[in-house]
Amino acid sequence: MKINETILNSTKISLELLLQIFPVVALWLGIASIASASGLLEKLANALTKVLGPLFPDIPKGHVSLSYIASNIIANVFGLGSAATPFGLKAMSSLQELNEDKKTASRSMITFTTINTSGVTIIPTTIIALRILYGSKNPTATVLATILATSLSTLSGLFFDYLYRRKHE
Amino acid sequence: MSNYILPLMVLGIVLYGIFKKVDMYDVFIDGSKEGFKMAFTIFPNLLAMIVSVNILIDSGFLEFVINLLLPVLKVPIEVISLAIMRPISGNATLALLNTIYTKYGVDSFYGLLSSTIQGCTDTTFYVIALYYGSIGIKNTRYALKTSLLADFVGITASLMICYFLFS
Repeated sequence: MKINETILNSTKISLELLLQIFPVVALWLGIASIASASGLLEKLANALTKVLGPLFPDIPKGHVSLSYIASNIIANVFGLGSAATPFGLKAMSSLQELNEDKKTASRSMITFTTINTSGVTIIPTTIIALRILYGSKNPTATVLATILATSLSTLSGLFFDYLYRRKHE
Repeated sequence: MSNYILPLMVLGIVLYGIFKKVDMYDVFIDGSKEGFKMAFTIFPNLLAMIVSVNILIDSGFLEFVINLLLPVLKVPIEVISLAIMRPISGNATLALLNTIYTKYGVDSFYGLLSSTIQGCTDTTFYVIALYYGSIGIKNTRYALKTSLLADFVGITASLMICYFLFS
């Protein structure tokens, strides 16, 4: 039966996926800690506090989690998915430091993953590369449509986040 | 242009580190070690998610849902599948994109629509499992709901925007 094969193959796929992302995560965490030790991340956070601060009211001013969130969003916006994941994971672990109940997601975590999963982007690099690969005459044809769709998705995500938060608290 | 962003980012970080006299190599190694720990923590989450997603795909349940939607939406089955699979599985959507690009053409209406759907959102289940799993959170409260609703809005918007722009 096909399902037997699926179950066994999936374990292999997940190991392959781990091997794919692990070296990139290790590399970027190394680079990120240089940026953190030099104070660059903090500067970035301060610059973006005005924009991101109101979305994350329970993060204290100047806390490092905001810089990781900002770095993750910036990497995503420029279509650098591989750089975005390590920053995202760091953002989550520093948000966990602020979290009172370690088993339950905090409001900032949910706002962050909502922005992240809605795929905020300005340059959808992966899709442009794919379109080039398949011989498109105009590989950037869908950039405008993508920006419009993803903005609507992110904005509505923030709206749903707000609605559910009010329901839960 | 986007080809230069990655190297410029790395260069900028390293130059700023030199400027601030950071002990670059040691700091890098320490940070990188954390990646090792992280990889071990996230693997069980990755495994659980991929096994269950693949069982869901191959059990035929999604096919059933797709066949229900087929008469309502007037787009090919591959495009509906792509829209449904987009938040669930990165591998499955890439396979579907391949089919759509080769069957209908990358610059055809369906090719453009699929490109937009692919670009407008991320693999929600993967991000949620990975991000919350990496810090040991069991109760994600309304995180999945908000993200999936946002995906739904993004994909519906892609459909409407593409009909407006490309047809």
